[in-house]
Amino acid sequence: MGVVARLAIGASILAVLVLGVGLVSLSMGPVNIPTSHVAWIVVSSLGVDTPDFGRTEQLVIEQIRLPRIIVGASVGMALGVAGATMQGLFRNPMADPGIIGVSAGGALGAVIAIATGMAGAFLLALPLFAFVGATAAAFLVYGIAAVGGHFSMATLLLAGVAVNAFLGAVVSAIVLFLPDNEALREILFWLAGGLDARSWEHVRIATPLIVAGTAVLLLMARDLNLLMLGDDEARSMGVRVGVTRAVLLSAACLGTGAAVAVSGTIAFVGLVTPHVLRLIMGPDNRVLIPLSALGGAAFVILADTVARTIIQPAEFRVGVLTAFVGAPFFILLLIRNKRQVYSL
Amino acid sequence: MTEPSNPAVDAHDVSYAVDAAQLLDRIDLRAERGQFVGLIGPNGAGKSTLLKAISRILRYQAGAVWLEGADLASLSAKEVATTLALVPQIAPYTQGFTAFELVVMGRYPHLGRFQVEGTADSRIAREAMELTETDEFSTRTLETLSGGERQRVFLARAVAQQPRILLLDEPTSNLDILHQLKILTLVKELVDEHLTAVAAIHDLNLAARFCDRLVLLNRGRVVTEGAPAEVLTPATIESTFGVTAAVHPDPATGTLMISLIAPADEARRAPRAVGRTADSPATARVGGERDEPAGAVG
Repeated sequence: MGVVARLAIGASILAVLVLGVGLVSLSMGPVNIPTSHVAWIVVSSLGVDTPDFGRTEQLVIEQIRLPRIIVGASVGMALGVAGATMQGLFRNPMADPGIIGVSAGGALGAVIAIATGMAGAFLLALPLFAFVGATAAAFLVYGIAAVGGHFSMATLLLAGVAVNAFLGAVVSAIVLFLPDNEALREILFWLAGGLDARSWEHVRIATPLIVAGTAVLLLMARDLNLLMLGDDEARSMGVRVGVTRAVLLSAACLGTGAAVAVSGTIAFVGLVTPHVLRLIMGPDNRVLIPLSALGGAAFVILADTVARTIIQPAEFRVGVLTAFVGAPFFILLLIRNKRQVYSL
Repeated sequence: MTEPSNPAVDAHDVSYAVDAAQLLDRIDLRAERGQFVGLIGPNGAGKSTLLKAISRILRYQAGAVWLEGADLASLSAKEVATTLALVPQIAPYTQGFTAFELVVMGRYPHLGRFQVEGTADSRIAREAMELTETDEFSTRTLETLSGGERQRVFLARAVAQQPRILLLDEPTSNLDILHQLKILTLVKELVDEHLTAVAAIHDLNLAARFCDRLVLLNRGRVVTEGAPAEVLTPATIESTFGVTAAVHPDPATGTLMISLIAPADEARRAPRAVGRTADSPATARVGGERDEPAGAVG
């Protein structure tokens, strides 16, 4: 099957899945709202004249659930495409977006915002700090790998491991010396990754960055195909390897940085989503990246819906849930596909 | 477009060093249009490195390369990739792509940023696979193919790239004797039609039989060049490869036949061995002198 056909079929299925999961998610919660109402309310928020279902339902959907789901979908999309990109760039199915330090850097930024009390002072301080931390860490890792003008993916991987460990230690140190128990709780809460109380503000800061990063990755998918075959191969096929790799890493880092900023660290989405899709659809990134965007979105919305309804009225953390479900599923997959997963 | 009189490949004084190792030392190489030029020489002679320099996989530090009269340094990456194609010696990572998917990648340099390969590209890829007899495993992933089959798939991709210059790095190294003949015959046919080919070839008999001209390299330098009969003499084979050989016409094919007799003894190679006195006799066999430095193949 050609690229276009595979993409069309895969994307249709996943788009329906995202919409379906989104609608169900909108209807579920402390206030149960029938999906038919949900559909009308969503349509009406686009400015179309529709029946009226009362102020409460409208507010719950428009101000609470819809922004949360859009943030969730954006985060899932960012993690999915970044995961696919990292696995291609590192020629390694175990790579995930956190490998270049974004998660650890974002965590440090968030911890600083909380520990200094900035996070309490104004709403966007925490995402802003987290975003700066995430991108700064990624640039540090990239800078180490590119030192002396001689870029190496192996050094990037090792620098990522080292920077992750270092930033993790800094976070631990801050947490240990934190006098305030409330702040400590807040930090642990943030580190577990969640989408609670996400508002249109969060949509406005994260979604455009994520969409931009994803668009770049979609456009560069073909170049990534060639990079997967090796630098020399890519070069002999007309790819400007250095520039292309820098653009791919920056776009992935922009998206994941924004995702980490509004959701904390949500584990496993970036690893599992592209991996599963690759087993089904093959390695062509022109199919894999768009489908990872949709698949990641569906995964996060679904996980978040479960997380916020399973132990009502309390909430489970979505980052914990994705790892709970994702890890065993991934292990099962590894065992079942032992022969198909590429040899390292 | 450039003047048709310009040679397809014209390299002048090309030098390339990694740390202290001078891998290419002021190399001149000329391939006229429609010629099949063979690069021969012992391991570490610089054959692969030279091919990489011409295809701009690595940037030579001195000298100049002209492709059809255009300075290689002034061409865009895409222009280079639509002018020449390189068949790598070792097919590197293949990542679960099928043979057909890989061959169709040969069309990438011809596509615009927003384009996906169309039916014409698929047809070109399929034809390339038929030519190289790889169409039978077009839906198999490269991991499931043998080294020789994989090598032919990479040749198919280079053909699908529709270059005017074809560079081949040891194209027959993994092939059985049937496919050695078939692949080199195919390259020869392509050359007869429109192409220029430059190939690094280890097998001197195959090089003598298929190439129009040979360039003998040793330690990053051109030792001699010319028609196979001029280059492949017992004297040059002994002085560069350290092997005593006899050269005579092949009764069956009419081309040159080289019989390798024995490693030349250490004393007779003395002028070449200056500074390398630690060499054991075992390293003096054909092809056993020195492995290609890591920087050249990586």
